[in-house]
Amino acid sequence: MNFDFSDDQKQLRDQARRFLAEKCPPKAVRAVLEGNADYDRELWKGLAEMGFLGVAIPEEFGGAGAGHLELCVIAEEIGRALAPVPFASTVYLAAEALMLAGSEAQKRKWLPAISSGEAIGTLALFEGTGNPSPQAIKLVASNGTLTGVKKPVPDGAIADFAIVAARTGSSGRETDISLFLVDLKAGGVEAKALQNVDPSRQQAELTFKNCKAEPLGPANEGWSILSRVLDRAAVLIAFEQVGGSDRALEMGRDYALDRIAFGRPIGSFQAVKHLLADMYVSATLARSNCYYGAWALSTNASELPEAAAAARISATQAFQHCSKNNIQVHGGMGFTWEFDCHLYYRRSNALALSLGSLSYWEDTLIDRMRKKNAA
Amino acid sequence: MNFDDTPQEAEFRAKARAWIAANAPKQYEAELKKASLGRLKLDGANVLDVAKAWQKKKAEAGWAVPHWPKDYGGRGVSPIERVIWQQEEGVFGKLGALFIIGQGMCGPTMMAYATEEQKRHYLPPLASGENIWCQLFSEPAGGSDVAGLRTRAERDGDDWIINGQKIWTSGAHYSDYGILITRSDPTVPKHKGLTMFFLDMRSKGVEIKPIKQANGNSDFNEVYFTDVRIPDSQRLGAVNDGWNVSLTTLMNERMSIGANVATGFPELFEFCNNLMLEDGPAIDDRAVRSKLASWAVRASGLKYTSFRAISALSRGERPGPENSIGKLVAGSMIQDVATYALDLQGAAGMLTGAEDAEVAGRFQAMLLRSPATRVEGGTDEILRNIIAERVLGLPGDIRVDKDVPFNKIPTKGRA
Ligand SMILES: Cc1cc2nc3c(=O)[nH]c(=O)nc-3n(C[C@H](O)[C@H](O)[C@H](O)COP(=O)(O)OP(=O)(O)OC[C@H]3O[C@@H](n4cnc5c(N)ncnc54)[C@H](O)[C@@H]3O)c2cc1C
Repeated sequence: MNFDFSDDQKQLRDQARRFLAEKCPPKAVRAVLEGNADYDRELWKGLAEMGFLGVAIPEEFGGAGAGHLELCVIAEEIGRALAPVPFASTVYLAAEALMLAGSEAQKRKWLPAISSGEAIGTLALFEGTGNPSPQAIKLVASNGTLTGVKKPVPDGAIADFAIVAARTGSSGRETDISLFLVDLKAGGVEAKALQNVDPSRQQAELTFKNCKAEPLGPANEGWSILSRVLDRAAVLIAFEQVGGSDRALEMGRDYALDRIAFGRPIGSFQAVKHLLADMYVSATLARSNCYYGAWALSTNASELPEAAAAARISATQAFQHCSKNNIQVHGGMGFTWEFDCHLYYRRSNALALSLGSLSYWEDTLIDRMRKKNAA
Repeated sequence: MNFDDTPQEAEFRAKARAWIAANAPKQYEAELKKASLGRLKLDGANVLDVAKAWQKKKAEAGWAVPHWPKDYGGRGVSPIERVIWQQEEGVFGKLGALFIIGQGMCGPTMMAYATEEQKRHYLPPLASGENIWCQLFSEPAGGSDVAGLRTRAERDGDDWIINGQKIWTSGAHYSDYGILITRSDPTVPKHKGLTMFFLDMRSKGVEIKPIKQANGNSDFNEVYFTDVRIPDSQRLGAVNDGWNVSLTTLMNERMSIGANVATGFPELFEFCNNLMLEDGPAIDDRAVRSKLASWAVRASGLKYTSFRAISALSRGERPGPENSIGKLVAGSMIQDVATYALDLQGAAGMLTGAEDAEVAGRFQAMLLRSPATRVEGGTDEILRNIIAERVLGLPGDIRVDKDVPFNKIPTKGRA
């Protein structure tokens, strides 16, 4: 058994960590958080130059053609550094959807542009309150045009194109949903940035009015493609969450070693030690679940749906747990704007909702385990 | 990243599998599958007899304790092959519970400190299950703080004379031998005056009194020593170096990482899948699903954490303190799982009789046994200390008794 990343993949992780430590210090995250930029353009360009944006995109479409294990290790570093760039929307959602369901022409047009950093993509799925479900999709497609409102759409205001989930039938079944690709710069879509708990990554509202759209994948198969995209993104975002968990744990540990109270480091109080030990436990369980998700993702295993849901739940819990207790360990300092604790707290709570809530994924996991059990 | 065996590992697995298929006591397989924490029953047979017979059969074919050297009753396999063996032995491994302390902790300590002659004499029957060993460490005055023990060892010519009391000694009542840690010098700080021995449990002056546990069973005991003579040749390690010897014993606990720690999750999932509530199957209920999912990812998280540890083992790395996570997570989880399984049954969850209780009282037995899991072999709090100090590098506890001669340490919390 070799249930670990290879030496090459670990080297790639180190390389990404060094790169992000230099190009994406907390100061860079704050610049976007505080509204001085809508995303970090320099960093985005750098990620493209490093080959990170297209790491899992085949060479024939301008990518590095490495694979999804490589993308997982990069995702972990993106999460650890809280990179304020549209990485998740473009790479985990848009690129994955294109690779799964795009036509040759669509792939030729957009995948090389993603790899080179020229195009930002996103997935427009949600329409207000609620979790992913075919019933929740009201935006209609007729005669190749879309009408309706999507929100929140990750990075919707800065994206060049969007994969849009639209209603093409009214049978009440999954087959009512089809996917479309929309060039957001071609007119017909109005984008409005929305405020959200983690302003270091943007959310937007997109209003489509008879907007021209081309189908992505076969008509009426939108929902099944979407489920697969969400599973793949769940694993990748889980790696971001694990990277963030580890960093929050380290910050808490470091502070506990340095801060003195009652004449001794606070890290010598058991209440603090045990808090940190429990953070370590949840981060470790999440990492292990993520490795399994990575294996399933990279081999296209039939276990992927279950593995993805498990990674998603475990990593969501871990990042929320580590980021909130990191603040606790920091005491009053943890609640200042100046300290970086809240950056992790914000990111953890935004990522926890990004693909549907924790309870949605819990429900999904049990459904899948039950089906497997019955089979 | 893969789950594949190397060709060598695959060959070993095939050999182990074939032997087990041809030799395991299949008549008990179904009952062993159903066994869970706090409950191991074999219809019409005595567990100890069946366990000893299986161990003996394995020993005759060289499979008893495969990772031990051949000369001591093992097969000399690598750590990763040991894990493969455990995987293949599967539910039949549950029969090994009685031998775990002896083979997992006493044996390795003997291997590290006994003479060659002693090893050849004592280890093969320990491997084959003919002899059962126990671990005489904890005392009324010291469990977590085992170095606070008071059982005295005093030199008398070629012998030592032992007086004192051990407690919580699992299996002492059916053990043939034990390893015993004692205080040989009370005038020096507590870790520096300890000496380790092994002894015949039938020695004159050893008295074993079973303790009735909170769950009604009696698996552990008080063991009293009154002028028990142990020859100096049965000393393990140097005089007053018993603390270091005991660390060998405790470190070996970590090596058993391939063994699955019971979480209760598979049992609960199956239960919820079959249980009907007023408004339909339990597993369709949102609240039930949310709880199940949270436990599912803890169980899978532990499973894949152990896979990562196995991978490290297969690269030749030694397991470290991070392996404390298994029992820490599983211990409180199995307790919560059992509590929840009863909750789902409403008032009838109280019933423990096999005919009246759902799934024959399985979760009730689990509930009543589970508190012990959080205490035995290192409490939850001690495991958190280990993770905090040895994995995360946080400061050790302030030890007020560290440099104080043992006989000057206060013995009561309130006067
Ligand atoms: C089922 C079972 C089988 C056992 N089998 C054996 C056996 O075969 N051989 C053997 O030698 N022993 C055995 N034990 C004993 C076991 O190792 C001890 O019970 C255990 O180490 C705890 O010690 P204690 O009971 O003295 O509790 P204490 O150490 O008194 O602990 C009481 C409470 O204080 C906490 N505490 C203590 N020290 C600290 C600290 N430094 N920091 C934070 N909290 C602390 C503990 O976590 C616990 O909650 C067994 C125990 C059980 C339950």
